[in-house]
Amino acid sequence: MAEPTLPILEIRDVGKTFAVQGKTVTALKGANLSVKRGEFVCLLGASGCGKSTLLRIAAGFEAPSSGQACMWGKPIAGPDPARGMVFQDYGLFPWLSVRDNIGFGPKSRGRPAAEIRDTVARYIDLVGLGAFADAHPHQLSGGMKQRVAIARVLANEAEVVLMDEPFGALDAMTRERLQDELLDLWGRTGLTVLFVTHAIEEAIFLADRVVVMSPSPGRIDAVHDIALPRRRDVSSPAFNDIRRMLSAQLHSHHGRVAA
Amino acid sequence: MSANPAVAAAAPVPAAPTRPRVAVPWARLREAALALAIPAVLALVWHGLTTGRPYSLIPPPAEVGAALVDLAVGGINDDAFSATLLTHLAASLSRVYGGFALAVLFALPLGLLIGRVPLMRQLLDPTFQILRPVPVTAWLPLAMILFGLGPRSAYFLVFLGAFYPILVNTIFGVRSVEPRLFEAASMLGCRGSAQFARVVLPAALPSIFTGLRLGLGFAWVVIVVGEMTGVQTGLGAIIMEARQLSRTEIVICGMIVIGVAGFLSDRIVMAIGRRLLAWSPSHG
Repeated sequence: MAEPTLPILEIRDVGKTFAVQGKTVTALKGANLSVKRGEFVCLLGASGCGKSTLLRIAAGFEAPSSGQACMWGKPIAGPDPARGMVFQDYGLFPWLSVRDNIGFGPKSRGRPAAEIRDTVARYIDLVGLGAFADAHPHQLSGGMKQRVAIARVLANEAEVVLMDEPFGALDAMTRERLQDELLDLWGRTGLTVLFVTHAIEEAIFLADRVVVMSPSPGRIDAVHDIALPRRRDVSSPAFNDIRRMLSAQLHSHHGRVAA
Repeated sequence: MSANPAVAAAAPVPAAPTRPRVAVPWARLREAALALAIPAVLALVWHGLTTGRPYSLIPPPAEVGAALVDLAVGGINDDAFSATLLTHLAASLSRVYGGFALAVLFALPLGLLIGRVPLMRQLLDPTFQILRPVPVTAWLPLAMILFGLGPRSAYFLVFLGAFYPILVNTIFGVRSVEPRLFEAASMLGCRGSAQFARVVLPAALPSIFTGLRLGLGFAWVVIVVGEMTGVQTGLGAIIMEARQLSRTEIVICGMIVIGVAGFLSDRIVMAIGRRLLAWSPSHG
């Protein structure tokens, strides 16, 4: 068993370079981050700050060019059901019903049919899609698709949920409702969440810790603990103080890029 | 063989289940009337130009109709062609579907491999690209040397006709699968060759079906060439035989039967496709 003090995710001095048209672009440089089990961590930054790259390295979709990413102390060698990913564009299988999308993971891992049926039923209920169990993705709204995508990684017993701007394509009201639902799920299941966003308010509303990242080259600037009690009031003075502080920090990058 | 827009447009749209029921028979009727309008005009022109002209090289429609009845059930001319239609149709059907099945058997796995595995693409794709433009007719002499006179050559030529559309569309379908779906599958625990059955095949299915439709269409197109290989039965075989005997009305009967059989088999493939692709917003 893992020691209680061992971080579930650890990013050690991770860098990532891509070759673009013969030139080397540094997407991420010297990133260090340690995530404890059950934490909700947001990666916040403008586009090009490497937040998605960091998330994809944690998922195992990309290998770091330098440094190491570990889960429970073991180097991450590739995608694994223990780390479920929720994409902004959903990534649902269009030929499968809601039920079969959620059952895809358990089926891939060879679970018995009866168990898959029970698991799927439980998670369909959990995300409130009972009436749409047999619908196909093209018949669902964006918010419903994202609920399926979340249920799909939870049904697969993911310990860490990696979310890449999952609510970025949704309208404001749907986004707020899904944020609430996500926090509710997180509170009930003891999941660990690593959540990428460029929206300051979203990061403060959701996270235990906000990791502020800045571009060119992409790197981690600062990590802030958000000590506000939950459920957080986005209009409270304390919330606004944090928002102002993070906003100033993010805008200082813009100044530097323009200069 | 070509897409029938009238049929596609009238396909049931799942997004609009509230369409009034009474409108359906009228739409069907209208569709049938529109579809038959041009054949009817052509038949009239044909009738006007050929009927009552004894020296016409093209027989009038009534004569062709009589020949078709005689070919089907006999009792009119009672010659070598009478009541042989079913035999010829069955022979051609077995070659069309046999050759088509062989083509599916080879083209589908090859297409999946070429589309998904870069080494296979580098190894096989150039060869197929060079062989593809060679017309089936050009293969006829070689086919008869390789497979002998008779049905085996016919199967081979039909196979060739159906092979490339299926291969090309399968490759296209596989290469157009959203990369995101492979990421989604692999983070859910479906990796490597398991992705062929659970991601590649279903995601490429709309394209594969287009290939199957085109392939089956080409199988009918090449059946006459395929039956120039010295087979005694088949719609292509009677067309060639009737031509030598200057029985043009039998030639036209063969053409009509091939057209109708090809049309019906396309409708069957489309119906199967609609069931399997109900999930796809552009098919369903």
